Amino acid sequence: MSSARIVITGLGAVSPLGLTVGQMWDGLCSGRCGISKITAFDPVGFSCKLAGQVPDFKIQQYVPKAQRKAAKLMCRDIELAVVAADEALRNSGLITKGIDPDHVNIDPTRVAINLGAGLISCDIIELAPAVAASITDGKFDIRKYGRDGLQMVTPLWLLKYLPNMLACHIGIIHDIQGPSNSITCAEAGAQLAIGEAAQIIARGNSDIALAGGAEAKVNPIVMIRQCLLKRATTENNDQPASACRPFDADAKGSIFGEGAGIVILENLENARRRGAKIYAEVAGIGLSNSINPVYEHLEPDGRGVQIAIEKAMADAQIKPEDLDMVVPHGTGIPADDLAEAKAIESALGKAGAKVPVWPTKSMLSNTGAASGALDVIAAACAIKEGKIPAAKNCDRKADGCNLNIVRGPLQKKIRYALCCSYTYGGQTAAVVLKSFDGETAN
Amino acid sequence: MITGMGIVCPMGHDVETVWQKMMACKSGVAKTTIFDASTFPTTFSAEVKNYDPAKYTKNPHLHKHSNRGSGFAIGATVQACRQAKIDVETDKPTDRIDRKRMGIYLGAGEGSVDNDVFFNAIVQAWDAQNSRMDWNQWAKTAFSRMRPMCELEQEANMPAAHIALLTGARGPTRSCLTACAASTQSVGEAMMLIRRGDADVIIAGGAHSMIHPLGVTGFNRLTALSTRNDSPQTASRPFTASRDGFVLGEGAAIVILESLSSAKKRGVKILAEVIGYGSSSDAFRITDMHEEGRGPIQAMTAALADAGISYKDVDYINTHGTSTAENDLIETIAIKAVFKEEAKNTPASSVKSMLGHLIGAAGAAELITCILAIRENTSPPTINLNDPDPKLDLDYVPNKPRKMQVEIAMNESFGFGGQNNVVIIKRYQE
Repeated sequence: MSSARIVITGLGAVSPLGLTVGQMWDGLCSGRCGISKITAFDPVGFSCKLAGQVPDFKIQQYVPKAQRKAAKLMCRDIELAVVAADEALRNSGLITKGIDPDHVNIDPTRVAINLGAGLISCDIIELAPAVAASITDGKFDIRKYGRDGLQMVTPLWLLKYLPNMLACHIGIIHDIQGPSNSITCAEAGAQLAIGEAAQIIARGNSDIALAGGAEAKVNPIVMIRQCLLKRATTENNDQPASACRPFDADAKGSIFGEGAGIVILENLENARRRGAKIYAEVAGIGLSNSINPVYEHLEPDGRGVQIAIEKAMADAQIKPEDLDMVVPHGTGIPADDLAEAKAIESALGKAGAKVPVWPTKSMLSNTGAASGALDVIAAACAIKEGKIPAAKNCDRKADGCNLNIVRGPLQKKIRYALCCSYTYGGQTAAVVLKSFDGETAN
Repeated sequence: MITGMGIVCPMGHDVETVWQKMMACKSGVAKTTIFDASTFPTTFSAEVKNYDPAKYTKNPHLHKHSNRGSGFAIGATVQACRQAKIDVETDKPTDRIDRKRMGIYLGAGEGSVDNDVFFNAIVQAWDAQNSRMDWNQWAKTAFSRMRPMCELEQEANMPAAHIALLTGARGPTRSCLTACAASTQSVGEAMMLIRRGDADVIIAGGAHSMIHPLGVTGFNRLTALSTRNDSPQTASRPFTASRDGFVLGEGAAIVILESLSSAKKRGVKILAEVIGYGSSSDAFRITDMHEEGRGPIQAMTAALADAGISYKDVDYINTHGTSTAENDLIETIAIKAVFKEEAKNTPASSVKSMLGHLIGAAGAAELITCILAIRENTSPPTINLNDPDPKLDLDYVPNKPRKMQVEIAMNESFGFGGQNNVVIIKRYQE
């Protein structure tokens, strides 16, 4: 980032490995897999029966009493985001109206929120009675629906499912009045949002931002879409822990899941002034496009991802050799993993075969719009702890992949970490994090 | 700088036609034909009619699964690129734009579900006796009848994918969906990317269609839509005492944003300059706007500060003006708070009276009318304004366009849930 320095001062993660950053990091370090048989609905008829599911929680615990009514308007995606925001804010030491209304230590107009959100699919059970009341001769009758069925849909139904509502609910709970944006670029959403939030602070429109993403993909409509597009693996339904295999020769597809990751970004001066603990600095952002008429896949040479990585390194003013780790998007979809491997190798040159590459989706599953944020949080933890955990399920690298996938855990000083993400439809993003070296916030 | 514009909307499929119809105070609203809405609480909408995206591409087969929004985006993008002399559908562009420095930023909406399959799969799988879904049965129907590409094209980032394929853009690309404020936000953030030096050109704007059974269900249940079924063309009546909701529209609007140096180097005509952008959140309620217009005031104030101008310098306001009871009141209160003694002297019209509400695409469509207002020195009208609400006393340019000097125009968009975005543009002078 050329102008102001932006640092990460708080982390919040809800993932299949647990409800907190600590649980996620511990899980990643011990090689625990968050993927299991779908319990949210009966998956017997689905070609993929596995997902990364978040442990149970009670949303009321994360919503102040005065807002409890609003909690009824939260779909699963919103709930996950609200929980992650709560942890991130508490972790940062910032006190909002939602944390403690008597000791607020922020100016609400100077706080932004920028989240990646998915295409939120409705809960079919909510619509089903309305549809069932609209049948003539065994088929759906739209005239009957318009007259009778429609009236059975709960009045505020639409508001539960608008992608901007993740940011709206968090904004209302915590009284965040600065710029608010919701990036709807599927699996690239979170890192695109983090990049934009960092720039909003850098240009002086805010001092602080909540940035990241959330998505709940354990929904029949979402799952069927991933099955139909043949992105979800149909194998290993009885072996959840080895089902998602990024960059592995036996990979057959991805496993989808749910989660939310939110980081607190802050202007360095602001963080120093209040003596905040600093996890890492956002050193560079790079964005581009993968252009492929086969919209559901990355272009075979990975050029769009390569350009994003090159731009992020240029923005951070570093060379490929400066990178100490890479957290790739790595979904377990063979064609996409191969294209991403090529992109990383082309962007990093000789360093591409050396730098440790640590894919996380084998353990976290592919949490869509949350995935890029969970990866940034994992990288921030790695920087803070000086440790890269072992990759999982990449036992034999796929042909054509020359990346140095981390075999065993590495204790290592990490100065620069690169995260990258892309999505079907083509948007690509890369983020370079830098350790906050020896400098203390005080 | 803005160097190109394109539009596909209920009033027409090109910028000049749309402007001419606005000058003639025409309405784009009629009975809904996309699906059978005859028994819905609202039976009318502002549809794009007789439009074929295949006309705009040499490779229609690469776009054949497009949802309505993507289809509109293709036409609007090609129009805008033609005007800005940007080559499309070629590996060897000669327009002197580095593709790595050409980005895309859309405020785009999700596509409709595949209605027949979607509803009938539920019909077959609903176990009424036990009030539960038989997911096995549902999955059987879904696997046999859902079309993979049609499912993919429902994703909100797909319009940007089609534009990338057309233009070869490899620069910063995002798609946002902050409800009705999305494409004003996309233009504002795109301008910021160029200002920061991350791109020379950004294809910005919006595309959306919610004229489908679930979209109308959602808005009807919120009682946000007008139900004036006996008079569709007068239903969108912002700022009147009898306003009863907005009219759902659809379309796409695209502008080419370009740095001054790139526009000069390429020798393309500059249509207007984007000088200010402001964004805020209400942080109030999911369902209502803050009663004092706190969020809109903050966004307008931030946009003026970003432009380095005073409210006194603004000649024309293109309001959000949805024709809902709440929006028109709060927006009027907010304009008064920001524009003080000038509030009543600053013409503020709503083209939604003619266009309907294009939701995600609304802001960009209205920005294009601001560009034309400057070019033609004319404020477009608010039509159907026959019974003014006594509480709403600004100059809404009622019922006919007005010739007037327009140097600086402000475009306002506010979204459900409280995102507020304001963009200010100015006549370009050497």
